[in-house]
Amino acid sequence: MDITMEQKKQYQKRVEQVCPQTNLLTGCLKAFVVGGLICVLGQMINTWIMNFGADRQLAATWTSISLIFLGSFLTGAGWYDNLGKFAGAGSIIPITGFANGIVSSAIEFKKEGFILGLGAKMFTIAGPVLVYGVLASAIVGLISYFVG
Amino acid sequence: MGKHVGRQTVVFDRPPVIASGASVVGPKEGQGPLASYFDEIWKDEMDGEKSWEKAESKLMKRAITLAIEKAGLKEENIQYILAGDLLNQLTASHFAIRDFSIPFLGMYGACSTMGLSMEVGAMLLDGGFADYVAVSASSHFCTSEKQFRMPLNYGSQRPLYATWTVTGSGSLVLAANGDGPRITAATAGKIVDYGIKDAFNMGGAMAPAAADVMKAHFQDLNRGPDYYDLIITGDLGYYGTQLTRELLEKEGFLLDERYTDCGIQIYDKEAQDTHGGGSGCGCSAVTMAGYLLSEIQKGAFHRVLLIPTGALLSPLSTQQGESIPCVAHAVVIEKE
Repeated sequence: MDITMEQKKQYQKRVEQVCPQTNLLTGCLKAFVVGGLICVLGQMINTWIMNFGADRQLAATWTSISLIFLGSFLTGAGWYDNLGKFAGAGSIIPITGFANGIVSSAIEFKKEGFILGLGAKMFTIAGPVLVYGVLASAIVGLISYFVG
Repeated sequence: MGKHVGRQTVVFDRPPVIASGASVVGPKEGQGPLASYFDEIWKDEMDGEKSWEKAESKLMKRAITLAIEKAGLKEENIQYILAGDLLNQLTASHFAIRDFSIPFLGMYGACSTMGLSMEVGAMLLDGGFADYVAVSASSHFCTSEKQFRMPLNYGSQRPLYATWTVTGSGSLVLAANGDGPRITAATAGKIVDYGIKDAFNMGGAMAPAAADVMKAHFQDLNRGPDYYDLIITGDLGYYGTQLTRELLEKEGFLLDERYTDCGIQIYDKEAQDTHGGGSGCGCSAVTMAGYLLSEIQKGAFHRVLLIPTGALLSPLSTQQGESIPCVAHAVVIEKE
């Protein structure tokens, strides 16, 4: 090839100038508001359940279950991706986004069968979160065991 | 033997005729500015099929069937089908074409497939190896997203420069004899890689390949861009076309307002929220078989340079951090 590294680098720089980037400030604001609202919703559910006399741990479990159900339901109904398009990380990071990652993969690969499609592929997005989540908690657990 | 001119170009002695064209598209394309040029517009992305892959095959099968009908021919008149798509192992094409009793030559040039198929099809006809060939290419938004990106219902954001894969298939019947627009020359592209790694930025990755094949085309034929009334790339979108203009300007070729892109023509950027423009094999295929063919037949354009562009990445190469090799093929369509 007759193009030099220098030409390539120059071109890559130009591509970055020409292609528009998402506005960081409005992106962060939208993510903050939507992510915040999801958390407020979670807090409301939590308080509501505790009003029935549930202890903290039980209420937290039910809150997670409710939010996961909601995220899954909205994904199945085809609404969560619209929310994600608007909010970005604001709707990806909360537990509803985790549900969205699993359910959207499950829907997408259902055609390939319940075992090799749905079953195997439903963790393509959420799988790494589980793997590294478990790994991180194991490391933190070890540190706290020896240090704490 | 003066057919091969310069380094990359062939000029046809008996320029093959585009006998007919047909395009079948999805609902979003049917709401775009080119809607009136398409033969069939689906109401939804499945059209009654059980999977997106089956739906894409149906698009292509229908477009080929229609093109053969519109040429006033029968299946047995067509000696070869040259076709391709974006799915692994040309899944959409193979399942579309197994229902035809016509010899098949599979083509893969990613989104440049329509250009590649037209170029090779014209070579077959000019070489005297066939009287009629059908060429076709297809893409489907949902199958492409599934293979190359994220599940459809996953709530992620697309970068502003990302392009939207066209759901549609365009087919042409090319003939050795007859009247109509002719394919007079074609320039085969080299694989060009300027080190772009962002799989969302297809326009940026493919622009150097488009510029490279255009430069070769102009040099081989000793022509400038002003020879054409329309120069149209396949699916570079808004930002890719700007980059192509800049690259060619550096080489001394000025592309003025006669230059556009199928990905710019096919959607209304503001109303349809398609960001960088349209992309996919179907983008240049349906624009060619619908809009371009119709306008050339009407006499709105006399000399058109069509340059479908392809990004030759795979999901695997992207995950392994490789850059994106690209290719483009230039086809000259002329009508007296």
